[in-house]
Amino acid sequence: MHIHKHEVIIVGAGGAGLMAALYASQGGADVAVISKLYPTRSHTGAALGGIGAALGNMEEDKPLWHAYDTVKGGDYLADQDAAKVLAEEAVAAVVELEHMGLPYDRNENGRISQRRFGGHTSNFGEKPVRRACHSADRTGHMILQTLYQQCIKNNARFFDEFHVIDLIVNNGVACGVVAVQLSTGDMHIFHGKAIFFATGGWGRVWQITSNAHSLTGDGAAICFRRGVPMQDMEFYQFHPTGLYGLGVLLTEGIRGEGGVLINGKGERFMEKYAPKIKDLASRDVVSRSIYMELRAGNGINGKNYVYLDIRPETVNRFLAEAGETRRIDTSTVIKALAETLDLCRTYAGVDPLTQPMPIQPTAHYAMGGIPTNIDTEVILDENKTVMRGLYAAGECACVSAHGANRLGTNSLVDLVVFGRRGGMVMANYVKGVDWTPLPDKPTAEIEAEFNRIRNSKGKLKTAELRNKMQQVMMDKVGVFRKGSEITEAVEDVKALTQEYMTNITIDDRGFKFNTDLLEAWELGNLLELAHVTAVSAVARTESRGAHSREDFPNRDDDQWMVHTLAKRCTDDLYPAEVPAMELNHKKAVDTSLADLDPRFLPKERTY
Amino acid sequence: MEVTFRIKRYNPELPGKDKPYWQEFTLKDVVATDRVLELLHRIKWEQDGTLTMRRSCSHGICGSDAMRINGINALACKLLIRDVGEKVQVEPILGLPVLKDLVVDMEPFFEHYRAVMPYMVNNTPVPADGRERLQNQTDKDQITETTNCILCACCTTSCPSFWANGKYVGPAAIVQAHRFIFDTRDQTSPTRLQALSDPNGVWRCRTIYNCTPACPRGIQVTKAIGEVKLAIRKNSTQNVVKVSEIKEH
Repeated sequence: MHIHKHEVIIVGAGGAGLMAALYASQGGADVAVISKLYPTRSHTGAALGGIGAALGNMEEDKPLWHAYDTVKGGDYLADQDAAKVLAEEAVAAVVELEHMGLPYDRNENGRISQRRFGGHTSNFGEKPVRRACHSADRTGHMILQTLYQQCIKNNARFFDEFHVIDLIVNNGVACGVVAVQLSTGDMHIFHGKAIFFATGGWGRVWQITSNAHSLTGDGAAICFRRGVPMQDMEFYQFHPTGLYGLGVLLTEGIRGEGGVLINGKGERFMEKYAPKIKDLASRDVVSRSIYMELRAGNGINGKNYVYLDIRPETVNRFLAEAGETRRIDTSTVIKALAETLDLCRTYAGVDPLTQPMPIQPTAHYAMGGIPTNIDTEVILDENKTVMRGLYAAGECACVSAHGANRLGTNSLVDLVVFGRRGGMVMANYVKGVDWTPLPDKPTAEIEAEFNRIRNSKGKLKTAELRNKMQQVMMDKVGVFRKGSEITEAVEDVKALTQEYMTNITIDDRGFKFNTDLLEAWELGNLLELAHVTAVSAVARTESRGAHSREDFPNRDDDQWMVHTLAKRCTDDLYPAEVPAMELNHKKAVDTSLADLDPRFLPKERTY
Repeated sequence: MEVTFRIKRYNPELPGKDKPYWQEFTLKDVVATDRVLELLHRIKWEQDGTLTMRRSCSHGICGSDAMRINGINALACKLLIRDVGEKVQVEPILGLPVLKDLVVDMEPFFEHYRAVMPYMVNNTPVPADGRERLQNQTDKDQITETTNCILCACCTTSCPSFWANGKYVGPAAIVQAHRFIFDTRDQTSPTRLQALSDPNGVWRCRTIYNCTPACPRGIQVTKAIGEVKLAIRKNSTQNVVKVSEIKEH
């Protein structure tokens, strides 16, 4: 067995992981970064439109306004202490990225250029504000590259293509992880004082998704099996503008530049649903509006899609109607949305300069996940009891700055703000604690599971099972939900999980680069998270943010200003029966900003 | 339609398959807009789970799935069947050791990347107001193209000079260096140019031009290499060499 020892172990090398690695090593800690992909393959690189920060480079802006938009966008389920940290520290983090070399676009004064994005407003919802700092529509790519570059400059220790498959806990303290080295199939133990999960989301639970194939929720599922509750799993964001049929994301920046959504009747339908900021309403609102149009038979040619139109003549017509003086032309679009043009031309054969883009909502972002406090420490219950040695940030975590629905740009903000904070906090923590010894046989359970999969001789290929799960979740736990259907989904997912545990087969029995085996193990993670998502969704009998219940269409602040904490009712990592889930609804939402300023109190959410 | 794939296989663990060999697979119900990656997945998921490749985002931004498809380097997720036809030959990118099927050892590639100091250095104090350094959009535009690089290795592994001599830093590393050499905020140009004028640096480029059409990001790779060559010839001791000052020739 290979054993490595580093004070800080970072799992995942996207924005949050790399940011944490940089700041932890700058704080003097000995850091190792473990990633199942080469770091530059991480899905942070797919983020397009921008990163929100109240720099005020284009017009007046304040972090407090950003915090307000975040809380309102989150349909008041966002923890206000976290939203405050997010908005305030975004400013420093975005500027520090510039100092690291990030090639932002610039305004006429040479400062970082900013543009509009959904749900971002000035003065508590008065009008759209230019807050999203951008590098064309490749902002995530530039953040990922810049952070990786800085890690190289600082000689960070990387374990590329090491797939973390278990968390090691001794007496309630996290003290390491188990990883399999892809190239050899060997298991490695990483012994650490602080373990930081930054493994991203689990969009592959659903059939139509913007997420990479690798987004299988490994980190969340690993922690869940080791007794960490999952928070707010019922809140999963469907981004309104996925490319029809594929789900590849088309950035909200298109609408930020003036793009409009058009139904089969040629109407700009968002005027009906969000009279004030129209197409720039928050994502849950826009996705639901699209579904309403499709249900009313207003899809394009009766099909399940609508158009997103950025053709200058269309945009300028609506700008003129709105009394705005700004106009766009072809060169604006080419410059601001280069990636979008490439995606549409390559995959849809559509040129957005001359044709509207066919779009449908696509599974995009997990608001829920591993619960943490604002210092990225993982917490175990409604009293915020910290699990020592364990940290998480980014999409796999739930701090919860995003509440029931995340605003556009805030995922990148979350990565850099909480990655940075986590790095600093861990650097301090490891100075003051001793090493927790490794327990006996830390790899026994995961080795048994890997052996089971490697030698499985059932009838079902894992891809077949995965397809079924994705279909169930898309049909029954999607944008609109009904109690009866989600209940069916719970049973369906349990049945699929039972099949997974008893009746799968794989072709590759080897050790080197066995992606067949790893995909099968990843499916186990997806099933685990699909199950807890559906169970959490059945219980929440209200509609809030991305969780929209047709049988409970209203938000219920009297009963539901609380987070969901879901626990697995067994200590057995890989039990023979599908484990039961236990829900706890006692963790109240933090309303510390509302205590100072009544504008942060929950009220009806209109755009 | 029906599509035939001819795939170069290699599995070091299996006797009989531990030397490179070709294997054919036939897929039915393929449509013109299917991506090559999707079809490789269909082969893996429906016919032969041992088929091994790297992939992640599946829409051309992560750079995992560079392969040699019908003799030309490309990302499998960015090529559609209508682009390649009904007979598709897939093999690993050339010039790097093959580990299994379509997976190559990327370490030599990243070693070259690290050799050109791929990071910004600016030791002047940050602005006293705690804000960003200023840069005008025209200066930023000089690096817009080369900052699009996703390190997929399509360019480097299409380069005959790299095939002939694996010590050559290769097009991707030079593109990465370009991004810093022409960044007005960076102060290390002289050192970086020195590193690139090494015998295994830019002068190994014989402008064969394979790299440019191979780039899935549309970067004019050969042109960028040319600009770096000219910057070295100018032997600038300034950190700023504007692309616009370099005459086309």
